[in-house]
Amino acid sequence: MTVNLSSFIMPLAILLILLIVSAWLIWLERRLLALWQDRYGPNRVGPFGLAQVIADMIKMLTKEDWVPPFADRAVFVISPAITMVTILSAFAIVSFAPGISVASLNIDLLFFISMIALNAYSPVLAGWSSGNRYSLLGALRATAQMVSYEVFMGLSLMGVVALTGSFNILDIVEAQRPLWFCIPQFFGLVVFVIAGIALTHRIPFDLPEAENELVAGYHTEYSGLKFGMFFVGEYLNVILISSLITTFFFGGWLGPVLPPLAWFIIKTFVFICGFILLRASLPRPRYDRLMALGWKIMLPLAILNLVVTGSIILASGY
Amino acid sequence: MLSILKTLWLILLHTFRRRETVLYPEEKRRIPPRWRGRIILSRSPDGKERCVACYLCSVACPVSCISLQAAEDEYGRRYPEFFRINFSRCIFCGFCEEACPTLAIQLTTDFEMSEYVRMNLVYEKEDLLIDGPGKYPDYDFYRISGLAVKGKGKGEGDEELPPVDVRTLMP
Repeated sequence: MTVNLSSFIMPLAILLILLIVSAWLIWLERRLLALWQDRYGPNRVGPFGLAQVIADMIKMLTKEDWVPPFADRAVFVISPAITMVTILSAFAIVSFAPGISVASLNIDLLFFISMIALNAYSPVLAGWSSGNRYSLLGALRATAQMVSYEVFMGLSLMGVVALTGSFNILDIVEAQRPLWFCIPQFFGLVVFVIAGIALTHRIPFDLPEAENELVAGYHTEYSGLKFGMFFVGEYLNVILISSLITTFFFGGWLGPVLPPLAWFIIKTFVFICGFILLRASLPRPRYDRLMALGWKIMLPLAILNLVVTGSIILASGY
Repeated sequence: MLSILKTLWLILLHTFRRRETVLYPEEKRRIPPRWRGRIILSRSPDGKERCVACYLCSVACPVSCISLQAAEDEYGRRYPEFFRINFSRCIFCGFCEEACPTLAIQLTTDFEMSEYVRMNLVYEKEDLLIDGPGKYPDYDFYRISGLAVKGKGKGEGDEELPPVDVRTLMP
């Protein structure tokens, strides 16, 4: 039996780089938020405050890892891991450049949607097992939000699939060689971005962890490394959604002059900054408005987009 | 929807704004002269202690952080035997300065007095006493008051008339 070494190294390298980048993203977010609020942010530890992340990690790792006595211990411990596992598995399908990916399936896109759907279990179980009212409320909101926003997240991508005729990421990116899908699938892009923000539960869709109403929502009772998993999971989620916006709507690694990987990183970085800009500028909507936006505007828009795309494809006989 | 985009644009424009933060240890703010910072004990222009150990600062202190013990020297001047301020309690309200009848206790502009050991925040008289007259360069309590001490009898102070003999009716 021959063991293909590169098939081990590639996933391991991607995993490590992702974890490091997502930790570094905490620094980036704090610096950018500070920039847009006319402050400096962390700039003391190391050059430009880059070592702040290391200091934060040491703090988080050396904190007491406490499980409240009223919590359901097994579920409480397992639920932060669910976030990490599902999001990291979803990264398996992301193609950073031709040949740089963990796996290439013929159902890439469905795999991503299913992993995101499984991710919904994490806040639900975390909030439920904490035995805390606020956590439960947060979990409740997280469930409703993620379930409703996943519906049209999937639908918004179907336009892309219809244009490509494939669920495979490589095919989707190659199909964008003449024209990036952000133009023919503009409404799909809008819906996908909004659903993406909702799935990462970040401002303006951070109702599951709304600090001023629910303490910290579903992760109120978490401390130490378990909280760190939720924290890093959120940033991994941001990277995931940004890289998928890049892949599905902005031509993935396609671009002139620079190598493919550089294009992918540049595009993803821009969208990550966009996520942070959203956080810097927008307030949080009321919960019922969030649900109303989801079901009354976004879902019809996604369906309409799919119908129009389908009819154009049929009419042009393509 | 349009307002959201406008908000995003306006926030993005903040990229090019000046940052408001004062990078403290490197860059220091101008501190007004009447700032209430570290407390000192001043001396009169002739170099003697101004404090007469009247306990008024200790009484006025809302957090009871001042303690002292009065004594009297060979000239008949009262002075504090010890004078102790616990700066870990002090709230820098300045009531002691207001209460002081001899302008001895004064608050200064210094505020950088952090310590790792709490006991180091208890300042003794040697730490508090400065060599100069502080904010009031010309004030000397014993020159102005009618109090007699050795070397200055009744009626010998500045702008002071000779004492009136209360036993006579003559003007």
